[in-house]
Amino acid sequence: MPWSSTAEWVGGPALNAVAAEAVSVAAFVVVLAWAVARPRGWPEAVAAVPAAIALVAAGAIFPAVAVAEAQRLAPVIGFLAAVLVLAHMCDDEGLFRACGAWMARLSAGSARRLLVLVFMVAAVTTAVLSLDATVVLLTPVVFATASRLDVRPKPHVYACTHLANSASLLLPVSNLTNLLAFAVSGLAFGRFAALMALPWLAVIGIEYLMFRRFFAADLDAGGQVLAEARPVEVPVFALVVVACTLAGFAITSAAGVNPAWAAFAGAGVLSVRALAQRRTTPLAIGRAAAVPFLAFVLGLGIVVKAVVSNGLGSAIGLLIPGGEGLPALLATAAVAAVLANIINNLPAVLVLLPLAAPASPGAVLAVLLGVNIGPNLTYAGSLATLLWRRIVHQHGPGPSLREFTKLGLLTVPAGLVLAVLALWGALHVIGG
Amino acid sequence: MTQTEATQDPAGMTVVIWVSEGTWRGCVDAARRILPFNARIVLLHVTLADIPAAAHGAYAGLLGRGHPERDPGTRVSALAAEAAAELLEDASRRLAMPCTRTERHGRVEREVVAAADGADLLVAARDGDRSRLGPKSLGPATRFVVDHAPCAVLLVWPEAPPVVGTIPPRPGPPRHGPHHR
Repeated sequence: MPWSSTAEWVGGPALNAVAAEAVSVAAFVVVLAWAVARPRGWPEAVAAVPAAIALVAAGAIFPAVAVAEAQRLAPVIGFLAAVLVLAHMCDDEGLFRACGAWMARLSAGSARRLLVLVFMVAAVTTAVLSLDATVVLLTPVVFATASRLDVRPKPHVYACTHLANSASLLLPVSNLTNLLAFAVSGLAFGRFAALMALPWLAVIGIEYLMFRRFFAADLDAGGQVLAEARPVEVPVFALVVVACTLAGFAITSAAGVNPAWAAFAGAGVLSVRALAQRRTTPLAIGRAAAVPFLAFVLGLGIVVKAVVSNGLGSAIGLLIPGGEGLPALLATAAVAAVLANIINNLPAVLVLLPLAAPASPGAVLAVLLGVNIGPNLTYAGSLATLLWRRIVHQHGPGPSLREFTKLGLLTVPAGLVLAVLALWGALHVIGG
Repeated sequence: MTQTEATQDPAGMTVVIWVSEGTWRGCVDAARRILPFNARIVLLHVTLADIPAAAHGAYAGLLGRGHPERDPGTRVSALAAEAAAELLEDASRRLAMPCTRTERHGRVEREVVAAADGADLLVAARDGDRSRLGPKSLGPATRFVVDHAPCAVLLVWPEAPPVVGTIPPRPGPPRHGPHHR
């Protein structure tokens, strides 16, 4: 191997490998700790961006490598911003309110039927408009719908929080982890979706069966048919735009164009319409794009790049077997799930992707199964007690951790194994 | 005051009616049928701390999103408070008797037992699987409340009670006559 490429791998001549790794890991820990603690409520980017700059300045990562990483991440981040705006505009158009009214009417006062409907709506919302939409926009609607029907809302709210993770397998846009993986997998949009469809369905099926059992008593308590059914105002325009955007993803990707453009078009159409009708402001749209979050992802990406390329990558790389055999896929998904539960799934996927990407698209998708399904195992997808304490401190009594973990143990290992089997099958039938 | 005294002089009895989603109508209707008009009735609802906390947790798990004002847990908390107030209002209207309303937060079973402390009677509903009669017709929280309530418990069916004929026949060879036990 020529020296120059080794030097690039090691990170740079300014620091020796051990010192560079130590500095990078320290920066990584600071960035995560800040993101968890959020001192004074300042954005997560306040630590992540300076940390990335500091690592470049200290010589822990070559400027050229950092710039290359930023250039690689920028389109992904733009794509994410467009999806966030699209979901926000759909909410403004009343899409989630309509979903609530629709679920209320079709459930006919049955807690079990409502659970089926919530599973359908949450799975589709997560897949198409990303997990943020399910967590932030759909969950309150589901709670309100259950309350209106005099149904105990716990199973339905928990379904939203679980499916936001586990049902985010289907499309590249479903989760930021997927967008990052999609960019390095070399897969087309349609092929990604085709390979992930079976794992997606398998996980949703397992979750549903386990929820029915786990929450049997809450579901048995029953509910009431609505006295006066409000008419459902279907936001046809928003639905058509979302459908066109979905079609646009497949078409652009097949034509070799970045599907982010389809997301931009969809978000743009809804935004322009809302602006023209004076239902929103440019500021509100800008806020929906979550610029500080995008900056955080960029900073974190560069910090992780430094951590991985200064030596940790080769250590963790030993745990990623590569290849598309069933044992290799299972091991990859398990490592990803465990890492996601230790350091949260966003850093986990940034760490694992450079290791899995050279192996095969199958390995990349196995990483995604792990980092997307895995977080349901622990409350708040872990970063463990730190986060737990912070939340308890901030919002009073937390949930029963025992119950939460029991539900995680019921759904996550079974879901993960079944999803890997489904992926393995899909890889054999469709081919990576 | 002992329980016996309380039931002998029902005029002064304190009754807690546990108002829970899906089953509260049965409790309120039973109370209307059975309780004297001058009973001191408390309508109790417990909001689960778990539900907003699950939403808070889901949002916290989305690393880097910032924007605490977007945290769905806060919205769910507010909705839960509204829903609880509405539920107690509905229950009070259906009861159509003088009553007070109490809203508690936390673990349901423990809050109900704590609220029943000092009461003479707690009205609760079967909330489990009523399609198969037996122990499972009580959910775990209600089971806990029945086992630990510091007063008498009136356990009602949220819908029409089952008829005696729904009890399965005793296993073993057929028996003849009421003297065979």
